[in-house]
Order: sequence, then C-alpha cells, then structure tokens
Amino acid sequence: MIDYDALIHEDRVHRHLYTEEAIFQEEMRKIFGAVWVYLGHESQIPNNDDFITSKLGLRPIIVLRDSTGKFRALYNRCTHRGATICRKESGSTKAFACPYHGWTYLNSGKLQGVPWPEGYADDFSDAKFNLAQVPRVSSYRGFIFGTLNLDAPNLKDYLGPAKTPIDQWLDRHPGSKVKVSNANRLKFNGNWKLAYDNSADGYHVVFSHRSLLAMENRLLSEDQKGMSFYKDKPDDAPMYVQYFGNGHHFKDKRPNIEQRPGALWEIEGSHPGMEGYEESIRERLGDKADRILDIAASEPVNINIFPNLLILGNHIQVLQPVSLTETDTTWYGTAVIDDDDELEGTVDDVNAIRMRTQEGFPNFGEVDDLMNFEQIQAGLAAEEDEWIYMHRGLGVEGRISVDENGVFTAPATDEIFMREYMKEYKRLMQAEPNLTVEREVK
Amino acid sequence: MSHDPSKTSHYINDQFYQNLVTNFTDWQTEDLEISDLNLRESCRRLLEKEARLLDSNQLDDWLQLFAPECLYWVPASLDGGDPRKEVAVAFDDRRRLEDRVFRLQNEYAWSQQPRSRTSRIVSNVTVFATDQADIYMTRSNFFTSEFQAGDKRSYAGWTGHRLRDTGGDWEILVKQVNLIDCDQNLRNPSITL
Repeated sequence: MIDYDALIHEDRVHRHLYTEEAIFQEEMRKIFGAVWVYLGHESQIPNNDDFITSKLGLRPIIVLRDSTGKFRALYNRCTHRGATICRKESGSTKAFACPYHGWTYLNSGKLQGVPWPEGYADDFSDAKFNLAQVPRVSSYRGFIFGTLNLDAPNLKDYLGPAKTPIDQWLDRHPGSKVKVSNANRLKFNGNWKLAYDNSADGYHVVFSHRSLLAMENRLLSEDQKGMSFYKDKPDDAPMYVQYFGNGHHFKDKRPNIEQRPGALWEIEGSHPGMEGYEESIRERLGDKADRILDIAASEPVNINIFPNLLILGNHIQVLQPVSLTETDTTWYGTAVIDDDDELEGTVDDVNAIRMRTQEGFPNFGEVDDLMNFEQIQAGLAAEEDEWIYMHRGLGVEGRISVDENGVFTAPATDEIFMREYMKEYKRLMQAEPNLTVEREVK
Repeated sequence: MSHDPSKTSHYINDQFYQNLVTNFTDWQTEDLEISDLNLRESCRRLLEKEARLLDSNQLDDWLQLFAPECLYWVPASLDGGDPRKEVAVAFDDRRRLEDRVFRLQNEYAWSQQPRSRTSRIVSNVTVFATDQADIYMTRSNFFTSEFQAGDKRSYAGWTGHRLRDTGGDWEILVKQVNLIDCDQNLRNPSITL
C-alpha cells in the first residue's frame, strides 16, 4: 500500500509521485480509469461509422460513431487473443476484422462472426465474446469523454464550474462551435503530471518563455505584445487563476485586455500573413473587421480539465501518458466553421490566419517548457532531496478568496491550483474505484 | 506599395498559398527531370552548403541563402496538405524565419541549452524544371543526427527546394522539409531542419 498522506502535504509533494512505477500504474486505474477522461472531439468523427484510435490511460481504444450515430469507445483488443483490431489512426467502417484470426466485430462492439465456427462448441451470440467497451461515454458541446467508473458523477457535474469558460471559449465563434484540425505533436521524457502542474502556472512564464518574449518584442518599440503582460509584477495585473474542484483549474488573462472589438487582435504576436489579411479584411468590411480579426487571434485562457484536456489559446491540447517518464502532448488546432456566413465571406481568411497563430506557441514556447519538464524529471533523480514545493501564496493574508461554490481565486502566479488539484489527486489515489467494462451492446 | 518582409507580412496571401500548393503538387515528373550535369552539380553544391551552414550553426549566413519573400515549411501531414486549413510543424515566412533564428541565438531558449550538435547527410539529389525558366526544384533525401545533453536523436525524410537562378547563384524561394514522422509526436523539434 502506498501511503499518499505521507507523499502529499498542503505545501509540498514527494518526488515519488513522478518517479515511482507503482504509482504510475495505480494512476492508470484510479485516475485514467476512474474519472471522465477526454477521448476526442466530435468533429474528428463527423459522420456515422467514423472512428479514431486513441488511449484511455494506456488502454488502446477506438472512439467512434457507430452505424446508428451513438458515440462509443471500444477496446481496441480482440476478445479472442488480444491483438489490436484497428491499426489506423482514423477512418470510416461498419466493422473491424481482426488481422490475426479474422474475428469480425460490428462498430457497436458486437461480434459479427468468427471463421469456421463449427470448430467451436460455443454460442457466439453470448455477449462475453463481444468487444469490451467503455461503459460510460458522454460528450459536452463536442468534447467526448469516457470513464470506466460506474459511480462517477455525470459529465456535466464532473465539469462543474469549468463549463462556464468552456462555453465562453466556444461561444465566441460563429455557430458557437469549432472544428478540430490536425495537430502540432510534441512529446517529452517526463511524467505526465509535470505538464498538468504547469498548465495554469503564471509564475513560470517570464522565465521559461524568456526567449519567446524577447522574440515577440524584438521588432517593437514598446512591450505591448502577447505574453508581455507577465512582465514586472504579474500578480498586480487583473488576470487570475482559479481552482474549480474535481482537479480542474483555470487561468484567465482576459481581464488584462480591454473589452472592445479588436483588442484581442492587437495583442496577438506577429504571424505569417497577418498584415496582408488584416488589410484585405478591413478594406472589405470596415468597422466589422475588428470583431472578425478577434476570432483569428488566440483566446487568452487556459482551461484545464483533469486529467488530460487543456484548452488554451485556440488549441485543444491533450496529454497522453506513455510511461512513467514519457508523455505525448498533442496540440490540436481548431478551425472556424461559418455555416450562416456570420463572418461575411472571410472564414477562409480567418482560418488561414488561425493556423499560423496556432503554430507560434508550440514551436517557440512549448519546446522550452518541455525541456524544463525533462530537467525536472532529471533533477528528481536526487533521491535524498525528496520534496517539490507548490506553496506560493499559501498563508499570505488576503491573497486567496473562495466563493460559495468552493471556487478558489488567486493572483496569476499563485500555486493554489496545484495544491487543490493535488488534494483531489490524493482523494482519488486513496479510493478504490468500481471500474468495469461493458460487453452487452446497448 | 512595397513592404519589408522582415518587418511586416504581406506576401503570405491567398495567391501565395494557391501557388504554393500548386507548385508542390505533382512536380517530380520524369519529363521535367534535368540531366544537365553542370546544373545538377550546382544545385547539389547549394544543398551541401546549406547543410554545412546549419551544422556549423552559421544561421545568419543560412538566412542569406533565402529570397526576401521566402518560406521554410515543415508540413505536419505526409502530402504537405493545405496550409490554409492545417497547422504545420513549421510555416515560416521571412519574418518568422528571422524570429526563429533570433530565438535560437538567444541564450534563454532552453530547448537549445545546451545547443544541439548536428550532422546532416544530403543525398539522392534530383533536379526538376518548372514552367518558369529561371526556377528549378530539387528533391533530396536527408538524414540528420542530433546530439544534445547526452542524448542522440535523428531526423529523416526528403526535402523539396524551390530555387531561383539569380545568374550564377541560387536563392531559395521555398524549402519544404518532409519528415517521415511529420504527423507523429516529436521530441524537442527546435533545431532548423
């Protein structure tokens, strides 16, 4: 038994959370099995029979819309001998045939048939031969989640107050929706929590991203661009960090920006094609251009849904643990869809700008963070130096407030969000969840 | 109106994107392949010089090889895709390419502290004509070994260069780097390829 009370304290956590294989294995069950885990976006499987392959923790799964339109997450594992039945990253099919012995399953998970069944004494209509599937799959405004835990709250309750910034993030777009495009795909040699710990961290920005800030400001006469509002004393700025419960946290930089059309676009960094497209959109649309250009700019929020979904800027970033010390961090781009021509014919221009704005941070910011995460993992090899501190703000009078819903709010560099999510982590790791797979096709 | 492409970005527009996608579609055809040995040798020397400048970290000199209105493009999809609708591993116009070099020369770019050492092999060079007399395209394979902080990694793939003959010398209009694992998760892809 791992003693999580000894490993997780109010002000600090033990290095073992990041270095012990037994803890990682337990996380794959008690977190990546027991809470709602982000699996994919509805726009990646827009039609019936569309699928993508993914992981639930380390479990290979196929996320799909079955032939009736129902979202499912099937285990990508043949009931017969255990081989993966689908080896493509995406596609469209009504059935999956195992490459090894040809057992074939409908995309509902039901076993359709096995070669030469007369060689078996079994009744293959027995549900025990169907594919295992994630018993609870649910989506919130396009984001698809799944959990093996029958006792988990419903998805809306799990997201709780985090639904509000997600709604706002979507509602600024035409039709209140986005479409997922391809991704900037990165990985690092470090534990997955190093990325989650960082995701609402306003303290690291001017240090970890020092080269990016210098780059963004190199052509400016004054420092008014992008992340430069972290300069000087970021705690004095109106931006803030919040903890929402259930491990979710939020960093909101929007209060630093004037509430008027065009203000977001003005603080966007320099990206390929910006000036040319801006002039062309302004010529065509005059005063309306500001509102449209704001949609091409990044939304200055970090909405972090425990354990693996980080919505930031215009990105949908997904954390995927690969092993104790390997993590994939995939930055899906998002595009605007404009069914009702709210953007007056500029949607292709807006998307052409958005693709370029989205490449900026993964290329010139995230790579430096990932190096720092790897170097934390390296530093944690120091066995006798046991503790990692996350106590910034703790005990400082008047710094942290909590509202009637239990939402904590603090200045942007506060580590309250780490401390609070670690309490939830401890609670989950000390519980024994009721995990199950479904084989009946419902 | 003329703009300094190092300062503002006007040339990456619809026409540019359309031309780019057209120019990088179905260009490696046998009827366009150049057999002239002098021309092939000249292109090969340019590609080797480029690799040498990158290996020796002479990034400012490397930038000089590019036309003022250039593109350094590392697609994130195997066929290059449509960059108006897709993000790329890199899609750098002149200003952003200068941004990239600026950042790599900044001692606070932690992903390059310590700086990677690289060794590039450029091979299988084939030169193709285009419908413009002074513009040629090359396809070459690359294998780049990278050593950083006790760790050895590699990049492999092929590169499409779109080159303009400036009368005895070349300028790079577009460099498209096609990684064999461009659509997979990459560890610290911070060096220039």
